[in-house]
Amino acid sequence: MMAGVAIVNWRDRSNARRFNNTAFWGVYAITFLAGSHLPDLANGFLVIAMVLVASIRGLGQEMKESAAREEREASAQRWGNKLFVPALAIPLVTVAGTILFKRITIYGTPVVDLKQVTVISLAIATLLALGLGMIMLRPPLLAPIKEARRLLDAVGWAAVLPQMLAALGALFAIAGVGNVVSGLAQRWIPLNNPFAVVTTYALGMAVFTMVMGNAFAAFPVMTAGIGLPLIVHKFGGDPTVMAAIGMLAGFCGTLMTPMAANFNIVPTALLELPDEYAVIKVQIPTALMLLGANILLMNFLVFRH
Amino acid sequence: MLSLIGIVIVVIGFVLRINPLLVVMIAGIATGIASGLGPLEVVAAFGKAFITSRYVAIVWLVLPVIGLLEHAGLKERARAVVAGLHAATPSRILLAYFAIRQITAALGLTSLGGHPQMVRPLIAPMAEGAAENQYGELSQSVRYKIRAHAAATDNIALFFGEDIFIAIGSILLIKGFLDQNRVHVEPTQLAIWAIPTAICAFIIHCTRLLLLDRKLRSEVASKIENA
Repeated sequence: MMAGVAIVNWRDRSNARRFNNTAFWGVYAITFLAGSHLPDLANGFLVIAMVLVASIRGLGQEMKESAAREEREASAQRWGNKLFVPALAIPLVTVAGTILFKRITIYGTPVVDLKQVTVISLAIATLLALGLGMIMLRPPLLAPIKEARRLLDAVGWAAVLPQMLAALGALFAIAGVGNVVSGLAQRWIPLNNPFAVVTTYALGMAVFTMVMGNAFAAFPVMTAGIGLPLIVHKFGGDPTVMAAIGMLAGFCGTLMTPMAANFNIVPTALLELPDEYAVIKVQIPTALMLLGANILLMNFLVFRH
Repeated sequence: MLSLIGIVIVVIGFVLRINPLLVVMIAGIATGIASGLGPLEVVAAFGKAFITSRYVAIVWLVLPVIGLLEHAGLKERARAVVAGLHAATPSRILLAYFAIRQITAALGLTSLGGHPQMVRPLIAPMAEGAAENQYGELSQSVRYKIRAHAAATDNIALFFGEDIFIAIGSILLIKGFLDQNRVHVEPTQLAIWAIPTAICAFIIHCTRLLLLDRKLRSEVASKIENA
């Protein structure tokens, strides 16, 4: 499956006209095509090469539409609501795939690795929708690739950021950053009052999630450092309530950080917004109010018996 | 303590708006070296982590289809459909999307949405189309605001819906982690205790969305007065 992705990517990316774009997407394509066979060190240098290309001279991001507005409106008239069919097929087939693949088993083992179900279903749905679109619209064969290139150039380096951040998270884990942070939190915070402890835990989840970009990285650290020893063991709180609401307090942090690039930064690129923090700015009021609500909820519910 | 240098670099880099790729790479290398790895070991660790998280790039696979459909006028059609509905306003469209997204996510259908598949080609143009209907020609800044709200709606509905589904990653992580610490919890109970927050999220964000129409209207009006 990854090979399929790679070929699409490679063909599209090597089409980029400018030297920098070609180098950037070309190297990215190599990490897909050959990444699993290359030694880690070689992959590391490929990543560094990409970052240098992207940051030293920048990528070309010319925004030009592939068809004039009138042309697209005429085409929209002609096709009408049929245009929605391939677009809606993507989410619907993905969902169907995730449900079906979990059921299909051969001699008791699932045909598809359960952790990969969503990814594989999305890939299948996309290829299906592409086939449907090609049959329906009958564009030139290279059209989808040219169109993908147009969109990818608009997204630019942000396309690679989620993957870079995942790699940074792995390095943080190797370096034990989490333990250092929870050690600091424990040392500094007055922890004799249940309300203060619960508030610290929820705020800590949000702040630490903002730093790491991911509530999943924050949860073990905060829960081992503050949640279990203090809320559960010292004050007798309910671990279920604490964990459920604590995780959601972390999600409030996710809404406020550029580190959660695939949710907060990539959409600004996709929607062609000039301010890369535009989505975060819209989310901050909701995130803060909801964080407050989570703190109150946890205080009421965790010690309820 | 030295290993916190990565966090410091990231915060400074994002505040100064230096290219995030460069910031993240430098932070990663600094963190690795601070924790005692050799320079080559750091590069290798970074390369390995980058390759193992390749699956996050899978969403880009949808770009060829979306691009093709956009070329054929998908966004224009989405706007035209909304133009036919006189009751449609940006607030109402985003509210409807919020409700659908949160409920389907709570049923485990988290892939029924997303920025490249739904927000860019459908939801954002629909909300913009509705705004054009209501207020006439829009300024760029109003368009940008509507698009940012469309993206935020997708995120918030997803985050505070998915945790109600028992087989979602975060619930499995909680269960696994607490089990390791000999505290045993039931996934169904975890999912139930996610409901109060989900309701709060719905109330808070939908109130903000309801106010969005009024805000957009006054923004459009003030633009006209100035002009």
